[in-house]
Amino acid sequence: MLNRQGRPTQAGEASHEEHLTFTGNKALQQIEPLIFEIGHHEATGVDIDKPAPFKSRLGKHARQGEIGLPGLSEPETMRHYVRLSQKNYGIDTGLFPLGSCTMKHNARLNEKMARLPGFSDVHPLQPLSSVPGALDLMLELARYLMTLTGMPAVALSPKAGAHGEACGMMAIKAAIAAKGEGATRNVVLVPESAHGTNPATAALIGFSVKAVPARPDGTVAVEDVKALLGPDIAAIMLTNPNTCGIFEPQIVEIAAAMHEAGAYFYCDGANFNAIVGKARPGDLGVDAMHINLHKTFSTPHGGGGPGAGPVVLSERLAPFAPVPFIHVENGKPHLIETRGEAPAGNQPFGRMTAFHGQMGMYVRALAYMLSHGSDGMRQASEDAVLNANYIRAGLADLMSLPFPDHPSMHEVLFDDEWLKGSGVSTLDFAKAMIDEGYHPMTVYFPLVVHGAMLIEPTESESKAALDLFIATLRDLAIAAKGNDKERFTSAPHHAPIRRLDETRAARSPVLKWEKPAPAKAAE
Amino acid sequence: MRYLPLTDTDREDMLARIGVSDVDALFSDVPAGKLLKSPVDLPRAKGELEVERILGRMAGKNTAASAVPFFVGAGAYKHHVPATVDHLIQRSEFLTSYTPYQPEIAQGTLQYLFEFQTQVAALTGMEVANASMYDGSTGTGEAVLMAHRVTKRRKAVLSGGLHPHYTAVVETLSEMANDEVVALKPDVSAQEDILSQIDDSTSCVVVQSPDVFGNLRDLKPIAEKAHAHGALLIAVFTEVVSLGAVVPPGAQDADIVVGEGQSIGNALNFGGPYVGLFAAKSKYIRQMPGRLCGETVDSTGQRGFVLTLSTREQHIRRDKATSNICTNSGLCVLAFTIHMTLLGQTGLARLAEVNHANAVKLADALAGVEGVTVLNDSFFNEFTVKLKKPAAEVVEVLAAKGILAGVPVSRLLPKAGLDDLLIIASTEVNTDEDRAALVAALVEVL
Repeated sequence: MLNRQGRPTQAGEASHEEHLTFTGNKALQQIEPLIFEIGHHEATGVDIDKPAPFKSRLGKHARQGEIGLPGLSEPETMRHYVRLSQKNYGIDTGLFPLGSCTMKHNARLNEKMARLPGFSDVHPLQPLSSVPGALDLMLELARYLMTLTGMPAVALSPKAGAHGEACGMMAIKAAIAAKGEGATRNVVLVPESAHGTNPATAALIGFSVKAVPARPDGTVAVEDVKALLGPDIAAIMLTNPNTCGIFEPQIVEIAAAMHEAGAYFYCDGANFNAIVGKARPGDLGVDAMHINLHKTFSTPHGGGGPGAGPVVLSERLAPFAPVPFIHVENGKPHLIETRGEAPAGNQPFGRMTAFHGQMGMYVRALAYMLSHGSDGMRQASEDAVLNANYIRAGLADLMSLPFPDHPSMHEVLFDDEWLKGSGVSTLDFAKAMIDEGYHPMTVYFPLVVHGAMLIEPTESESKAALDLFIATLRDLAIAAKGNDKERFTSAPHHAPIRRLDETRAARSPVLKWEKPAPAKAAE
Repeated sequence: MRYLPLTDTDREDMLARIGVSDVDALFSDVPAGKLLKSPVDLPRAKGELEVERILGRMAGKNTAASAVPFFVGAGAYKHHVPATVDHLIQRSEFLTSYTPYQPEIAQGTLQYLFEFQTQVAALTGMEVANASMYDGSTGTGEAVLMAHRVTKRRKAVLSGGLHPHYTAVVETLSEMANDEVVALKPDVSAQEDILSQIDDSTSCVVVQSPDVFGNLRDLKPIAEKAHAHGALLIAVFTEVVSLGAVVPPGAQDADIVVGEGQSIGNALNFGGPYVGLFAAKSKYIRQMPGRLCGETVDSTGQRGFVLTLSTREQHIRRDKATSNICTNSGLCVLAFTIHMTLLGQTGLARLAEVNHANAVKLADALAGVEGVTVLNDSFFNEFTVKLKKPAAEVVEVLAAKGILAGVPVSRLLPKAGLDDLLIIASTEVNTDEDRAALVAALVEVL
């Protein structure tokens, strides 16, 4: 059966008690075509007057022919995107325990502040005399970040976590070059448990990568690091708390060993939410650490960005921070935008991005910090850790903990040992969670355990929400170990769409809409 | 604290369930002496009203573009964004979701990414586009690295018309990776001899059009020369609205097209967040950086969308990945694609026409001011003038009069001997009164 758009309205294998509809819609679950299927080339949702005749200065560069883009009127546009939004799960929908992503509440106050015309409607290159409040805001954000991390400097401009990693590693590379060791120190140590951006970043800027094995207890041992140290080692990139959700117990010793060997300690701050106001990276021997403002400080995730990845730097790396940066002299802030303008003592390694970074995210992050205050941020971290451990306590008898010897920090890691022989995979289990109204946890990451399930509830969940979540996962776990395989292997059953064929998408990629060929007359 | 649901009773009950006496027992792996005993030295929690006061005071010290006659461009542009856009991007399901790792409950994000990729491909005249980069400048850096992977060469030639910040981003990346960069001198006349820089060791040529001075550049001869030597042409733009009026780079045989998408749907934001557009010929798809959204079907045969070709990406390939990018510009993509859907080709062409008309009107008016010389032969909505006084000084004087007149070239290129040049943009937001005010002020100051 076909609906009005000519697509199958439903599936051969769908359950027989399902009532078919003419449209293929299921009440609030609506099939929404692509804009290219509903729009028209002559349609537009804006009213702009035609200018009076004038002499074009485009010369021979004037576009010939159509662009090939449909438009929609305003009501059609509104309906299209509202319908699309209803196919998405967000933090505001329900519990979103996506490990390592810190899906916490996004306060709308932060959105409101970012939209103040004095922040949103100012140009990065308008005279600095016309934007003193923007520089104030950047300085205040920097002060908060430096105080929370116990670090003496911060480079604000990186655009997201991975970009911050690149910034920190570039500062390390520049510092090594300044010591005349550029040719020899070119290996970066990265634990096997690290996020993929770490090795990718190291490689991006010309380092080669050596893996540090994970200990059976999920941590990195200082002896294993020491065994790899030598005059070729530039740095270690270590996530703390690590991707298994454990605070690295030997972090201070590892930092000292790196420094003793003439190398640097890059800390991946993706999991900073566990320790804000509880421990300062500066006290642990960190040389550089990026902070994902969209995670820890709740500038929203926005369906995959925009993020922001400021990098705090140690005294040793601070002189190499990229442009732009704010230099305060006699109490007056100066924005240094090119290498040549850098005051004495600074050797900026270059520039990460056009303009001054993610101002819109700075405002949101500062609104978050002002709202929480030093007490609220500390409480938030404690609650995040408490919530993760509460989930752990509620599930540990049914699911398998690969690293039971350490308390979890803000996220708890399970593996799939407990599913062995059930015929249910980690992915199946995750998809069944969708049917229960939850966003699944992070799955198959970190790579150091089999079938990883990384659960990060954040501090935004109430005890009642956690109790229901635990009860749901217990029910699912018992069913998975029992005889209810169908509930998992063909899940999700109740999402707007059933399980998608990712292999097919990769095998013959269709990456844009193409006008369908006219149907053959004989068919 | 209004954002934290747990009560003290909850906390006690939960600690008891976990089997520890206090929360610090959960922090037992923090080395001795490193666990803070009390909050750090920052102000305590504040209510909404107080936060609004503090940030409102800071914002109030800045001059907003909408409040004055405004002609500042050079890589970011003041445009009108329909109210629908900002309403829609603040819907919870868009704002508070993340990278669509679970496609069955992220079809909203995935479908708009697919629509965005299609729009960008059509606008640029290219075969494929990705799901966005951070911005135009970082996208340009990634495009150069991509060209190096495709050609297995490591030398980029940069036009002197490339935005100086973009040049700096490419130079920084290249310096770190020990790649070679030949950056031509800034040239407001657009007469640079870039063709003679292309040889058999060249990986790519990077040319911006309209260039940073506003000149429209002919890419075709550069593409031809590059291709004859096995190099790629990377075409860059910072003003995407121009694509509503000018020949797209794809029609001039560019291999990779990268640009800033801020103008459509996104506010100025003092420089970010913005959205990088990235398109290429489809034969290079497996060397592309960033997320790609592709069409597929679900287990019942219904059409759906997923992130695809992820074997290029860091979470699979680690140090062999095409880029380290992870989080990119999701919500700015959404703003772009909603605004572009509202415009359609009809609205975009009209918007571009109005931009061009406004810039032409302004250029003609300024040409009549003594001490001002318009330097461009061709331009879209931005051009460069030569003043008889240093441009930075003139801009300061005009700012004090409540007119934001443009970007002095010396702001981007200090000590380049170009202190008398001013880059001026005029978009649809400018009125005849705005232009008259600028002209009158310049007459007075020069």
